[in-house]
Amino acid sequence: MFQCPKCHAQMHTYNRNGVQIEQCSGCRGIFLDYGELESLTRMESQWVQQAPPAPPAPQAYPAAPAPAWGAPHQGGHYGGHHRHKSFGRMLFSS
Amino acid sequence: MTTSPAVRALGDLAHQGAHAPAACDCAPPGVLADRPDGTVVRSGPVVAKAHAPDADAPALTARLALAASPALAGILLPPLAVPPTPDGLGQARTLEGRTVTLWPYGVPVDPADPDAAPWEETAVLLARLHRARPPHPLPPMRGPAKAARAVARMRAARARTPGGAAAGGIAPVLAAWRGLPGWARDEAPAPAHRAGFLCHGDLHLGQLVRHPVPDGPWLLIDVDDAGLGDPAWDLARPAAWYAAGLLAPEVWLRFLDAYRAEDGPAVRPDGDPWPELDVPARALTVQTAALAVAKSLAQDRSPDEVEQLMIDACARIACRSAELGAASTS
Repeated sequence: MFQCPKCHAQMHTYNRNGVQIEQCSGCRGIFLDYGELESLTRMESQWVQQAPPAPPAPQAYPAAPAPAWGAPHQGGHYGGHHRHKSFGRMLFSS
Repeated sequence: MTTSPAVRALGDLAHQGAHAPAACDCAPPGVLADRPDGTVVRSGPVVAKAHAPDADAPALTARLALAASPALAGILLPPLAVPPTPDGLGQARTLEGRTVTLWPYGVPVDPADPDAAPWEETAVLLARLHRARPPHPLPPMRGPAKAARAVARMRAARARTPGGAAAGGIAPVLAAWRGLPGWARDEAPAPAHRAGFLCHGDLHLGQLVRHPVPDGPWLLIDVDDAGLGDPAWDLARPAAWYAAGLLAPEVWLRFLDAYRAEDGPAVRPDGDPWPELDVPARALTVQTAALAVAKSLAQDRSPDEVEQLMIDACARIACRSAELGAASTS
């Protein structure tokens, strides 16, 4: 576990198809080791050759301005029983 | 829950407020809240509240007079008149040094169904509160003080439990806190052009009840943190939830649009509201994350998924502190 060189939040390690990726929990920046970018590019080109045409993008939410430090809002972010329960408690406490 | 003497005494007071002395088969009083900053016990139609032991007495008196003021009828739930004390002096009651007040019971928002929460009604009540002229002199609202207190609580939890599972959350929360301007950290008065509005000071969904029961209009309760200040602070908790990715954009927009439709003064009438919301929403993000880290440390657990989102938001805030031009002083 190490710190993001940009904002000093913790970096979390993910494994994507055998490629280790470190992502910052704060600014979402990504750190790649030597050769990893090439691995990803290679996999991407393979995937593009195999993949069927992409479905149309889902209907976006109505445009709501957000601060620069806001989370990237992606659909399906708000469901999930666990999240619902914990957020429910947060809604009702000081 | 064990019943403390204070809770029993509050239950007796609420029961005495519910009806004249007589034999009765009233249900035993029920505890609605029992925290260091407020104990609330209900007996039938009456709720007795023991306020925080460290509450500033003249400030609390002014805040209670605000709730009782006819100028705030339909916005704030008014307290019940204090019944005469047994000694006939009719003084304000205290219990173990804490001021005690009596209130009518109202139906709260259903915690099991936050999607059905009255977001538009809440926004309308806030807009009316912010537009109301202060009926008498009032202390500052305590929003920034509560944020500072949350950070102090996190620091105290760190001192008790160094190296706990949630310790990784401390640095981003403190970094975000240090980047806030002094007024948002309770170290300076709010900028003059943003101050002077009536504010609730601690808005969340537990601060609304329907009165009279069961389907009267929604009213704001709990004036312990109310006073004069920047009205954007009252919008900042939902704004922080939205910014952290917890509150769905459509719910946030319902709330914001209803506030603007009621001519609320906290944000510009049209366009991007974030120039006004930014600093208070950063502060509420820090407050929420600090309390989450403090609780996680005390319970020796990792922050849950929702708490982690608030901590992650603090890390992003810390990256962008320079935008505020705030000198970091601690």
